[in-house]
Amino acid sequence: MIEYINKNKNMFTASSGILTAIGFASGLFGNVEIKNMLLLAASITGGIPIMLKAFQALRLRVFSIELLVIIAIAGALFIGEYTESSVVAFLFLFGAYLEARTLEKTRSSLKELMDLAPLEAEVLREGKAVTIPVEEVEIGDRVVLRSGSKVPVDGKILVGKAYINEAAVTGESVPASKSEGDWVYSGTLVDNGYIEFEAERIGDDTTFAKIIELVEEAQESKTSAEKFLNKFARYYTPAVIILSVIVYLITRNIRLSITFLVVACPGALVIGAPVSNVAGIGNGAKHGVLIKGGEVMERLSKVNAAVFDKTGTLTRGCPEVSSIAAFNGWNENELLGLAASAETISEHHLGQAIIKEAEARGIELSPVSNGEIIKGSGISVYAGNHKLLLGNRKLIKDNSISIPEDVLKSADKKEKDGNTVVFAAVDGKIAGLFAIMDQIREDAKSALENLRRNGIKKIVMLTGDNSQTARLIASQLNIDEVYAELMPQDKVGQVKKLKKEGYVVAMAGDGINDAPSIAAADIGFAMGKSGTDVSMETADVVLMADKLSQLSHAYVLSKATIKNMKQNTYFAVAVVFILLMGVLSGNVHLASGMFIHEASVLLVILNAMRLIGYKSA
Amino acid sequence: MTKAEFRLETLTCPACVSKIDTAVSNLEGVQSVKVLFNSSKVKVEFDNTKIDAEKIENTIKKLGYPVLSSKVS
Repeated sequence: MIEYINKNKNMFTASSGILTAIGFASGLFGNVEIKNMLLLAASITGGIPIMLKAFQALRLRVFSIELLVIIAIAGALFIGEYTESSVVAFLFLFGAYLEARTLEKTRSSLKELMDLAPLEAEVLREGKAVTIPVEEVEIGDRVVLRSGSKVPVDGKILVGKAYINEAAVTGESVPASKSEGDWVYSGTLVDNGYIEFEAERIGDDTTFAKIIELVEEAQESKTSAEKFLNKFARYYTPAVIILSVIVYLITRNIRLSITFLVVACPGALVIGAPVSNVAGIGNGAKHGVLIKGGEVMERLSKVNAAVFDKTGTLTRGCPEVSSIAAFNGWNENELLGLAASAETISEHHLGQAIIKEAEARGIELSPVSNGEIIKGSGISVYAGNHKLLLGNRKLIKDNSISIPEDVLKSADKKEKDGNTVVFAAVDGKIAGLFAIMDQIREDAKSALENLRRNGIKKIVMLTGDNSQTARLIASQLNIDEVYAELMPQDKVGQVKKLKKEGYVVAMAGDGINDAPSIAAADIGFAMGKSGTDVSMETADVVLMADKLSQLSHAYVLSKATIKNMKQNTYFAVAVVFILLMGVLSGNVHLASGMFIHEASVLLVILNAMRLIGYKSA
Repeated sequence: MTKAEFRLETLTCPACVSKIDTAVSNLEGVQSVKVLFNSSKVKVEFDNTKIDAEKIENTIKKLGYPVLSSKVS
């Protein structure tokens, strides 16, 4: 019976609406008796589901809004105001229906994410490809991915190559190229290509499952204002009942006291803040920014100083060849091919940068022999019939090779621009220079400008790197203060110093060495692309695609969310105040009071919905 | 210790949360209850020698909240 009523609540709503309408219509034709009968029936049909909810709550000693409404309906029936009772019952049910529909929309971002969850997987078992439900995939299974298939679990690619759209995890919809040894993540989509990979994380352990869980929990974690309102609501409802009794005792006017009951319902006030928060967090999740809850949202919106680690945060974190200069009749690509072949014997990160550059330019490497690594200066290698030296000035000097004036000048200039210069000498003569630099992320400048425009007063860079490179990057990005050659504990000290000066500090970093300063800051940003659980768990905000534009989006979004929340709260308070005034002055009656009340609830939800499509740029 | 997760029809009033919370945590054998308002889920940890997931599901249903699906792990 109870289940039946709950399941068919919409039918009760519709019937009470139709009965009310016919009742009014027959009233117009002067059929007062029939009108009253119909309106009474409408009040009862609408009242049943409301009473049920009120009763169920009361049994658990919870005073619900339904209780207020049902007392009002009963009161109106008691004094013979059938019109008012039927309108109140219908409006309350209809309002609840509309609220459910619109609320679903504010939660839609999370639902969209969950809809991306994979359902089945194609795995190789005993040499045959079989399709199984994703729950049955086991660690170590060899999973097959084709164009258009969804990655079912996390794992490392064994063979194949593909372009993968990782929007579900990173918010970045430009497909990423992946091949042997790369990780693929559950929930992402194969754009085109063929891959076989080994399942390493399944079920609730996949990155995707963790994101969903984080967002779910974040949406539940309340702002301090919400916590206050929740506590407030617990005492507010019984207080309203007592107050309306007092109103009756003083005025002896049942009408006034039941109207008071209805208009004092705490609807918009209770729902206003949480819907803004949910819509804001949902917007973040869609853009690959995980903001961990309402409190974080609140604190983030107050941040006015941003601290960045240099390597890996403001820069890409992997050195790249920025320019090549060839001398003595060599051509750039020829020299690069030779140097890259030579560097295959070394694991130095500068050497890796040279090899990467050759690969990017599609240059084939040739075998080398008699390779020798000279610690602290470079390498010496035979390639074909050439003897090749690659390294710093010291290496060239130690081999008593002279460096021509123009080469020296060019090297000095590159170094001043923040490059590390690698000299190449072939058969005892200088053949060229490789300028290598850890490049600034392309979105760094616009992201920092965006932050500054939106209220960040101070931007600070901390780095363990040498101060010349640090200063150069700082001037390119208009950073206010730079501290170089720092140890991890020095970074923590700088963050604490800023906090002591009265700033609300956000810190963004990537590596483990930044973890202490991220924890010390008011808001910690972590780059989540590497997918390390530690960074995802300790940070307040996780940037899934490692993009600085996501960081500025998070900041601007938090401001918009808090503003939205304030609008809703002020609006709700104003509505309650105006309604109470209206009741006391006799201008607002039971039915119109209910209407305004429901309309205000819908308005705050609609206001919050604006946040779903919010764009920061 | 067994964990169960119930997905409910969309929850619309914050008051529902305290209703479900109180009712489920009063059941014997239930260790912890977490009602997720925005994702309309109930996460329960319980002692499976004293109570089973079906009984918890029935309690939630009786309160007037249809359970769409459940997952026990």
